Amino acid sequence: MAIGSVGIATATRPTSLRARVSELLDRESWLGPIFVSPAMVLILLLVAYPFCMALYFSVSNAFIGRPSTFIGIRNFINLWDSDAFRQTFQNAFVFCGIAVGAKVVLGISLALLLNQQLWFKRLIRGAVLLPWVIPTALSTLGWSWMFNSLYSVVNWVLLNGGIIDPPGPNWLGQKYYAMAAVIIVNIWRGLPFFAITLLAGLVAIPKELYEAAEADGAGPIARFWHVTLPLLKGVLGIVVLFSTIFTFSEFNIIYVLTHGGPINSTHLFATLARQVGLETGRIGEGAAISLYLFPALMIVVWAQLRYVRKQAN
Amino acid sequence: MKNRKLWGRILAHLALLPFIIFAVFPFYHMALTSLKQNRELYDRVANPLLIRQGATLEHYSRLLWETEFITWTKNSLLVTILASVVSLIIGTIAAYALARLKFFAAASLGTGIFVTYLVPTSLLFLPLAQVVNWLGLGDSKWALVVTYPTFLVPFCTWLLMGYFRTVPKEVEECAMVDGATRVQALWRIVLPIAVPGLVCAALFAFTLSWNEFIYALTFTSSSEQITASVGITTELIRGDIYYWGSLMAGAVLASVPIVILYVFFLDYYVSGLTAGAIK
Repeated sequence: MAIGSVGIATATRPTSLRARVSELLDRESWLGPIFVSPAMVLILLLVAYPFCMALYFSVSNAFIGRPSTFIGIRNFINLWDSDAFRQTFQNAFVFCGIAVGAKVVLGISLALLLNQQLWFKRLIRGAVLLPWVIPTALSTLGWSWMFNSLYSVVNWVLLNGGIIDPPGPNWLGQKYYAMAAVIIVNIWRGLPFFAITLLAGLVAIPKELYEAAEADGAGPIARFWHVTLPLLKGVLGIVVLFSTIFTFSEFNIIYVLTHGGPINSTHLFATLARQVGLETGRIGEGAAISLYLFPALMIVVWAQLRYVRKQAN
Repeated sequence: MKNRKLWGRILAHLALLPFIIFAVFPFYHMALTSLKQNRELYDRVANPLLIRQGATLEHYSRLLWETEFITWTKNSLLVTILASVVSLIIGTIAAYALARLKFFAAASLGTGIFVTYLVPTSLLFLPLAQVVNWLGLGDSKWALVVTYPTFLVPFCTWLLMGYFRTVPKEVEECAMVDGATRVQALWRIVLPIAVPGLVCAALFAFTLSWNEFIYALTFTSSSEQITASVGITTELIRGDIYYWGSLMAGAVLASVPIVILYVFFLDYYVSGLTAGAIK
């Protein structure tokens, strides 16, 4: 009897502790913060903190391995006076504008085609999505061989097709051709995202609307303008915002294909920031380059949040 | 009428053809180049679309036995698997909490995760390089294991929040009425239902970290530490000399793990791609 009660006494203490812990874990106001905390710690330490560092760097004269001092917005002013930066600024808008525009037009066309009755649906989707899945740095290496100055297969096809005259352009060595090349590769790599996401939007449009429009005598083009496009607007908006952010901050394609050359004509913010910040060590200036467009980026993010909230409601 | 439909179908396929060629041709050309003998590869008169003078595996054997390619691939696998597993665990519990539980500031934390998801890696690599040095992880593959979750966790969380919302609350409440705790209900009821979402998140985490380039390029540099993408793009190019055959062989081989996953899980990729952007 006595032995039994001792046994119970020692056994209940740990159970009651366990019970208390599991009771706390059952309360949403405790479990929630516990479950979120690893993610939050990670984001605070490795996203928010480095971001604040970048903000500080951008208003300091930080140089690798040297103490830095506050210099206000001088980095931003100096950058605006530098030819390389202005060229980059212009490149970014040309690159992003043309690439996103082309991806919208081609993406809608491709999504419309994929939405038809097809024989090899899975195979075709698989092929179309492929560029998005393969490591960009490596597939861009493939493109760089395709645009090679001596053995370009692109030129070979164009020459043999009688579209251009010999010797054909040196794609990666001439200003406008280099820009065209990086834009083409960006479109190639980004098109699957547009097409597949827009396809999901197309599939969600009720068939009855098309039937009603057809009954009212609307032809295919009218149906596209008055049914498809208005109902696709929500998805299209989000895809464009996403793509704008990631096209503006493109790095891999530029780095592998042209390194920003010839003479800075294909530099974007990320590649110039790397060159200035790491290769020449002027971290302050590098950070200022990355952050130059941050206000614009914020507006895009804000617009995106509004879209997402509207869709959620 | 039937005839018209058939023609429409054939027309749609014909219109798709240029898109398919555009998407697939670079891979065809990469694979072809990796199998060509140098003599034909650097022949300006030869047809670059075919192999006429016999295929060879010399570029592959050079890549495997005369470079550190195997080490780079091992590094890539290690970094990718560790970062993906850690991110998936952190992301799953965070997503469950944000999608299901009511607690202080839950909604604004959810917004915070979404905003983090939109921060491009090319914005943060400069200061992160400093943080990595302070942590004593300069030029180490462990720097990548630590930093990859910064973009994987927000992505997994965002994706899984969508999936958890589709699991009916009643299922979970039933289990809890039967005496299960909330954690048990999550483990035994909610997670099994959300398996498609988890598979999707795992695939994307694997793909995103396998394909990551800018952090790997910035945080690691020595041959024993770099990943496959960085190794191929930096070590196989000596000055101005490009070993195109081996470069393409490397690009093909380093894409194999992703292509295998892709072939088996195509539908998950399609659903994840749309969910990540829209949900």
